[in-house]
Amino acid sequence: MKTVRLSIIGFGAVGQGVARSILSKQEYLNKQGINLCVVGIADSGGCEVNTQGIDLKNAIARKKQTGTVAAGSEGVLDLINGTDHDIVVEATPTSIKDGEPGLGNMLAAFESGKHVVTSNKGPLALRFSDLKEAAEDNGVLFRYEATVGGAVPIFNLIHEALAGNTVIGIEGILNGTCNYILTRMAEERMPYELVLKEAQELGIAEADPTYDVEGIDSACKLVIIANSVFGDNATYHDVDVTGITKITPEALELANENNYLIKLICEATDGKLTVAPRLVPKRHPLAVGGTLNVASIQTDLAGRITISGKGAGSVETASSILSDIVFIARNS
Amino acid sequence: MIVSMTLELKDIPGQLVLALSPISELHGNIMSVVHQHEEKTPRGTIPVQVTFEIDQGVLNELTERLENSGVRVARVGEERLRSSVSVVLIGHIIHSDIGDTIERIDSTGFAEVVDLSISMPAIDKTSSAYLVINAVGEYELKKAVEILRDVADIKDLLMIEPIKLNSGAA
Repeated sequence: MKTVRLSIIGFGAVGQGVARSILSKQEYLNKQGINLCVVGIADSGGCEVNTQGIDLKNAIARKKQTGTVAAGSEGVLDLINGTDHDIVVEATPTSIKDGEPGLGNMLAAFESGKHVVTSNKGPLALRFSDLKEAAEDNGVLFRYEATVGGAVPIFNLIHEALAGNTVIGIEGILNGTCNYILTRMAEERMPYELVLKEAQELGIAEADPTYDVEGIDSACKLVIIANSVFGDNATYHDVDVTGITKITPEALELANENNYLIKLICEATDGKLTVAPRLVPKRHPLAVGGTLNVASIQTDLAGRITISGKGAGSVETASSILSDIVFIARNS
Repeated sequence: MIVSMTLELKDIPGQLVLALSPISELHGNIMSVVHQHEEKTPRGTIPVQVTFEIDQGVLNELTERLENSGVRVARVGEERLRSSVSVVLIGHIIHSDIGDTIERIDSTGFAEVVDLSISMPAIDKTSSAYLVINAVGEYELKKAVEILRDVADIKDLLMIEPIKLNSGAA
């Protein structure tokens, strides 16, 4: 049995989802010959560190009761640098301005020789090549499946399953909130403002929806794809972004009459990165509804491969993180 | 230009090559050949539809060469507007002069707006329009879309284009 020690930095929906998945998958992991031992958890209130392994059930319960897992005086960087472990799971909230605190956490992890698994888009959308270089310089692995498409394994698919193929272009729907709004507008012929309100009440859109509806979230994910797949060295500022706020129910209806849907599509083709509403033929594989995400990858050997699935959610995102953790456990 | 020709061939071997080689010799790019062997004309000849791209200046020369080699040219027509694209516009479409917007495409000579539906929910609300543009070829269509993109930009209209890769339905 191989024991892999890890820390979870950020204990919101995603961090707790990771803890829950580790708990529920104990038997499965043991069968794989892997024993995952969480030696540290950090949230904005502080840290809990236990080199013998933290009781995850207990940590989740304490977070629920007190709002934090904090159980000592250590800071996040003390945990990352000072506690002996193998993988840092970085699941703090995304900041598109400076990438912090995730960026600093990830760089500290690499410098102290730890692998990083993350769901945090911000640092990757701003400083992808620096992070990749830091990982390579320190001889550790950097895995970020959960940053794009939630549960949908886009990077695994391209880098592992489609190894040998040259990717010609990628198109996809990478924001569930926008997809939900456009789907509902088309189905119910309701104006944007009303559907947005509905989405906010359902918890699908945030109180300040700017990040989603203006295409910023989609653009960040597109940048990560461009860097990871094409080695583009792009940042968020290289993307031509148009959001969905101007879309009218009438436009959706006119499109519908002509067998089209309107979707917020991320495109990486011909060296250009674009996020914009596009006409998608109704029977096209990209025409998925609700909050679903989808990516269609055009390759030279395999032709077009399309995958879709849940783009958000605590357990769904944890699925991608767990898969990255298992990958590192097997390959390090 | 893209030309569609109906040729009539004698029902003996080697006639199709005889009909197609002058097109290649004059640097024509053959796009399709439909050979209807079972549909003989009353004259006992076999009709063949050939579509090709060729410089307009050599068209008479081509007809002459074909006739000289015994191939009858039954019909010559220009194939126009073979490529098509749908776009949606959102904004103040009427007040930003929809007539002018269409004219910008139509005046190119190589592309036309062939379908237009507009939906105007209320005076103070933005309108939405669905347009179909046809053009003589893919290259010209791309040009026409670029022109419309610029016009939309100037008139502050949101232009929604089709997806790029594999736009054809699965």
